[in-house]
Amino acid sequence: MQRSPLYTILFATAVCIVCAIVVSASAVSLKERQEFNAALEKQRNVLQAAGLMDADEKLDAQEIAQRFARIEMEVIELTTGEPAPDVDPETFNQAREAKNPSTSTPAPPNPSLVKRLPNHALIYKVLDEEGGDIEAVVLPVEGYGLWKTLYGFIALEDDLNTVRGITFYDHGETPGLGGEVDNPRWKSRWVGRKVFGDDGELKIEVIKGFAPPPDEAPYKVDGLSGATLTSRGVTNLVHFWLGENGFGPYLEKIEQRRAT
Amino acid sequence: MAGKQQEALADPLFNSNPIALQVLGICSALAVTTRMDTSLVMSIAVICVLTLSNVFISLLRNGIPTNIRIIVQLTIIASLVIVTDQILKAYLPDISKQLSVFVGLIITNCIIMGRAEAYAMANPPGMSLLDGIGNGLGYAVILMATAFLRELFGSGRLFGKEILPLVTEGGWYNPNGLMLLSPSAFFIIGGLIWALRVWKTDQIEAE
Repeated sequence: MQRSPLYTILFATAVCIVCAIVVSASAVSLKERQEFNAALEKQRNVLQAAGLMDADEKLDAQEIAQRFARIEMEVIELTTGEPAPDVDPETFNQAREAKNPSTSTPAPPNPSLVKRLPNHALIYKVLDEEGGDIEAVVLPVEGYGLWKTLYGFIALEDDLNTVRGITFYDHGETPGLGGEVDNPRWKSRWVGRKVFGDDGELKIEVIKGFAPPPDEAPYKVDGLSGATLTSRGVTNLVHFWLGENGFGPYLEKIEQRRAT
Repeated sequence: MAGKQQEALADPLFNSNPIALQVLGICSALAVTTRMDTSLVMSIAVICVLTLSNVFISLLRNGIPTNIRIIVQLTIIASLVIVTDQILKAYLPDISKQLSVFVGLIITNCIIMGRAEAYAMANPPGMSLLDGIGNGLGYAVILMATAFLRELFGSGRLFGKEILPLVTEGGWYNPNGLMLLSPSAFFIIGGLIWALRVWKTDQIEAE
């Protein structure tokens, strides 16, 4: 049916308005539940990186809270590595702080395309069974892969060098290729590798192809086949966040405290 | 009239199946069929979107200006897909994560545009509703059959429950890794199309 141009424009506008209202109404009304799910997913990933939960385990909110008993959250100042006791870890939102210019600083140019560094960062300490000593520390990491920023956690053992686990809870990599960063088998290839070389430089790297077991090749991790850029992105983001602009000062502080 | 309604609903199941005969919507059929639970959710999502888009487009069919009809159809379909995706994210976060981009890609699923353009633009809402459900079910039948074979022979499970005990876990079944890769879905869908054409010979195209 041929209609007047005015009718066509009005019709298109009406369709757009109705659709926009429906879409925004659904997004707004479901937001709370989605955020709750996202928070749970994040906690699951902390537990997985910390080695307190198997990849194929299905835990509900209550079980997650139980296992979190062995985890102590702490907010630190990123540049100094000192604890920031006046910031409540329960309500601290690192992503929001990084976006706000008054609570963050511009990051130096980096291959992970991290634009702003938050003043504070939330870290998770894994306590031993008795809940006394710190067994491992879980650090948040993020950086660009091929399509989008990957968000995840890396857990370091007590020696602050051996990888205990790595996970990604949010990414947009190609399913089946770069999306294999989710693959439990690939993630398990990280366990036991060393991050720093003997003189303290970052040596861990996702290589192309297959890496021998950790005692033979402590600094190499298997590449993701068909996903060179994602593999490189993961190397970059680990280097960035464990380096001087990321958690370097914090890791140094712990070492110093131990030495004295 | 009753016969016509039954036809709209039941025809797409086998006689004019959207995947097997019209060969539409193959991409998502390859991607999400490694497991039955993801396939089931995907099927339900497609049935909902297809049915609702057919109904809305049919209701508007006399008002939609011809020169912008495809854009209008796409706007309606896209909105429905976003709402579906939001609902899945809120209520089935695990499955929504596995389906990842493929829920969003329902927008480009040719079945939905195809039915909107070919059927809903020319038929009343009631019939379009049945046509939507019918074609959605036709998609679901193929998806579930493919997922059944792929999950059973690829990982020895159905809906995540162990059926064939795997060698790696002390059983006897050595899983067929090809079944977990997308090309296996090509073979299975090809096989299903072949089987369907042996059964219903009128689907064979003239040489």
